[in-house]
Formats: sequence, structure tokens, C-alpha cells
Amino acid sequence: MEIIMSVVIGFLFMAAVYLMLSKSLIRIIIGTGLLSHGAHLLLLTMGGLGGESPPVVADGVSVSDYADPLPQALILTAIVISFAVTSFFLVVAYRAYQELGTDNMELLKGTEDHE
Amino acid sequence: MSNLLLFPIIIPLIIAAALMLFPNKIKMQRLIALLGALLTLISSVFLLFKVYNDGIQVVTLGSWPAPFGISMVSDLFSSLLVVTTSLIVLFVVLYSFPTIGIKREQSFYYPAVLFLMTGVNGAFTTGDIFNLFVFVEVLLMASYTLIVHGGERQQLRESIKYLLVNIISSALFVAAVAFLYSVTGTLNMADLAVKIPQIENTGILTVIAVLFLVVFGFKAAIFPLYFWLPASYHAPPMPILALFGALLTKVGVYAIMRTYTLFFTMNTGFTHELLAIIAILTILAGCVGALAYFDVKKIIIYNIIIAVGVILFGVSQLNEAGVQGSILYLIHDMMIKAALFFLVGIVAVIFGTSNLRKMGGLMKTYPVLGWTYLVAAFGLAGIPPLSGFPGKLLIVQGGFEGPQFWGSIVILATSLIVLLSAVRIFIYAFWGEPVETKPLKKPAYNAMLFPSMILVAVTVFFGVGAELFMPFVSGAAEVLLNPSLYIEAVFKE
Repeated sequence: MEIIMSVVIGFLFMAAVYLMLSKSLIRIIIGTGLLSHGAHLLLLTMGGLGGESPPVVADGVSVSDYADPLPQALILTAIVISFAVTSFFLVVAYRAYQELGTDNMELLKGTEDHE
Repeated sequence: MSNLLLFPIIIPLIIAAALMLFPNKIKMQRLIALLGALLTLISSVFLLFKVYNDGIQVVTLGSWPAPFGISMVSDLFSSLLVVTTSLIVLFVVLYSFPTIGIKREQSFYYPAVLFLMTGVNGAFTTGDIFNLFVFVEVLLMASYTLIVHGGERQQLRESIKYLLVNIISSALFVAAVAFLYSVTGTLNMADLAVKIPQIENTGILTVIAVLFLVVFGFKAAIFPLYFWLPASYHAPPMPILALFGALLTKVGVYAIMRTYTLFFTMNTGFTHELLAIIAILTILAGCVGALAYFDVKKIIIYNIIIAVGVILFGVSQLNEAGVQGSILYLIHDMMIKAALFFLVGIVAVIFGTSNLRKMGGLMKTYPVLGWTYLVAAFGLAGIPPLSGFPGKLLIVQGGFEGPQFWGSIVILATSLIVLLSAVRIFIYAFWGEPVETKPLKKPAYNAMLFPSMILVAVTVFFGVGAELFMPFVSGAAEVLLNPSLYIEAVFKE
């Protein structure tokens, strides 16, 4: 299971890098979304995928049969943060498009004075 | 167990939330924001003396025992930085009154500043690496608001890049935390300091340490990850720039200092030498920029990068003099950068431009401003007895005692470039033929000059009276150099 997850995470990172290297701002934002998805899945996988074992230690349950609940708490926090940041980024991108009249990063290179 | 160490985090949070209820009453906004910053400063000074007298303060949230709950730890190093942060926010709020403009004040400017303060104080206080991520996100979120605040063309253009760089570094932060958790099984910094020396396979830990250096390096603007900083910081108005320049990169520097002294010490031959080399390259890259530009904002912005290099070089030596020097220089740099941005902000307002070539002859009309700037510029370069001197002296001494003595030579040589870059502003703006200036009303000028002068006076006091602060600084360095003190304090709770 961990192997499959690793491949999925690698694919997500790859797709994110590909999208972030493109010129269109909206593709870049989708890329950052995929990047944080990859990071969150990595967090979940690195904590160990517990399978069917319960996340509570009761009598008669040994530590090896115990699913670690902490990674889930961590990725919940991380998801909320990345959700907020992505929505903020979309709003800023829209405002910038209205103001600057382009979403092509190639045209936004350097600073205003260099134009 | 005392909750005092949570006050500098909670007070600005509550006040910022309250301020959002009545955005249009500007007088109230100003008064309450000022009061909030003042209260935070008072509580942080109390905290500093409490830590100094009674040792490291620890609160474990929810009363879960140490490695399971989230620990908030306040040692002398973090409480010194919390005091400095609160002081700077107080002055930035004062400086904002005449400069930021009514439109911005009506649009949640003060709440954003106070939320930023919450995040910075939290990041300095937390004892949990994932909680550090959360507080960094809090301050980043506030900084996104501030950098785009006002929605000018250039601000929108630069804030996209600023947002993108920080989102990528946050994703890498989560990934680095994931790797660290899978190797050690804990996220509590004190527990990490216990567990990491027990792990025999140091190779993977070295990789994780370098990954964390990249993550924090984005925030601290080290070489070669500083590329986003000059353009982004150039966009927002001066009080916001002063706030960013003084506080934001320093959170990254603090995180590197904390992690590289507390637990990433298993392979110092590689990681700390890498840190030293990067620090020196950062200084050199900053020097090139500081000399290349004719824009007052850009010159001071590149000086931020130089200072980051100087501080990190001191830490990388891992000896008493180096670490003490880094702490002194970090505090000095936070204050002097805010003061310099305030002063060049006044100069830029007077001329209506930040281009040095269009300035000149201010010494006749604004002599007080000129002398104040000169004192601040000498302080930046570290001319004794001003505030940059004791820190730099100790860092250079640490370098000569440590393995990378050539770094100290570079720091000494680049001090001259720092002096040149800062004095160049003085020569161009204050000497020479008078240039036509924008009319500036006396009360507005005084309202801008007052916080700047007080802050410069504080830095002068910090330099001249460095001996007074030494017990605090050496206590802070002692905890950084002996992780066992930190560990014991956390697990005692």
C-alpha cells in the first residue's frame, strides 16, 4: 500500500511541477493545489498506513496493531490552511488580471521599472 | 506552570479580532491598535524577566504530558525576540498614523498588523515543529494581506510572486515535517533533541536537515533562495516594508538557529559547514545588490540579505562567541532595519521618489533627519559604540575560533561595503545641490520623525549599553549551546 501511495505522491509532485512551470497563472494555481495534495498524502503515508487497526490503544491491543492518529490530525490542519491560501490566491489572481490585463507570467517578469 | 508566555500571542489576536468589528472608526482603530501593541510589549517584558529569574517557561496545551501535547517554550532567546518584535510593532503602528493613508486604515490595516504580530510571536515561542508551521502560516496569511493591501498595480504584480514562493515553501515544509516524523516518530522539539542522537543512520537525518534548511531558507532569504525578496518587498508602502524587513525574514533565521542548535547537530561537519558557506555567499550576493541599485528602498532591502548572512554565519560556528554574537546581531538588525526604513521612508516622501539620482541637498532644510539617518547608518555598519558593533565583533571572534576563519575575513571586508551602501544614501540625498522637494506639513513630518528618532535612540542605547544586555544574551546562548537545558525544562512540566 505504501508503495502505491509513494507512486501517487510522486505523480502529484511531478504534475504540480509541470503545471507550475507553465506561463498561465491559473495553471500555476492548480499546480500549487496539486503540490499541497502531494505533501498532505506524503504526511499521511509517512505516518504509516495502519490498515484496519484502530487508532485507540485498548486492553489487549499491542502497539504494533495500532494506527497512529496523529498524521490525520496534522493533514487536517494542513488541508484547512492550503484551502484558505488557495482561495486567497485565486482572488488575488483575479484582481491582478483585472488590474494588469494579463495572466501571462512571461509578461510579469522583472519589476515595473524594467519595462 | 505559568500562562504568562501565551500573553504576547493572545493579546494581539484578541485585539485584532475586536478591531475588525468597526473598521471605519479610525481614531478608535489607532488608539486600540496602539494600546494592543503596548500591552503586548509590557507582557513580553514581564515574560523576559520571569524567564531570566525563574528559568525556561513551558506550557503544554491541554495539559497533555510533554511529547504528546503541544509545548509552548519560552527560553531567553525566544523571549528576547518576542520583546523586540513587540517593540517594533509598536513603532510601526506609530509610524503608520501619518504615512499609511486613511483608505488603508479603513480596510483592516491594523488588524492585519496585529495578526502578523500574533504569528511572529507564536513562531518564536512554540516548541513543536508542526505548530511552528501553523504559526508561520498565520504570519504568512497576515503578510499576504499586507503586501497586497491597497491593491496598487505594482503590489498586485509582486504579491503573486510572493504568494507563489511562499506556497511552494509551505508545501515543502509539510513534506519535510512528514519525513522527520517518519524517521523519529515525534514532532516535539525537545523530544526530537532526545530521539535524534539515538538514531544511528545519520545519512537520512542529514538529508532532512538540508531539506529544512531549504524550507527556512526561503523565508530567511538565504543564497540562492533570496531571489523573490527584493522585488516583493519593494512593492508595499513603507510602514509595511519596515514591518516585513524587520520581522519576516527573522522568523526564518530564528527557525534555522533553533533547529540547527537544538537537534540537527548529528553531522555538523557537513550541515554546519554548508550553512557557513551559504551564509558567506548570502553576504556577497547582498553586497552586490546593495551597491548596484540607485533606489533607497532597494539598498536597504539588500542590506536585509547581508544581515541574514552575518547572523547565520555566527550560528554555523556553534561556539559561544559566535552564537552570542548572532543573538545580539539579530536583535540589533531587527531594530536598525525598521529604523532605516522609517528614515528612508521620510526621505522618499520629501522627494516624492525613491530614486537616489533625483535627490540632493536635504541637509540644509532637514538637518535633524540627516543626523539621525547618519547615526542609524553607522549603527548598521557596526561602528563602535553603536549597536551593530558588539554583535559583529563576537561573530567575527567566533569565526576565528571556529573552523571557517575565512568567513570572518569576508564579514570584516563586507562591513565596509555595508557602510558605503548606507552612506551613499546620505551623500546623495543630504549633500549636493538642493533639489525641488514636495511640500510636507510640519505636523506630519514630526509624526514621522518622532518614532524613527526614538527607535534610533533605542538602538544607540542597545549598542552603548550592550554590557547591560549581555547577561540575557549569554543566558540565551547557553540554552542554544546546551540542548539538555531545553529538554529538561520541557519534560519537567
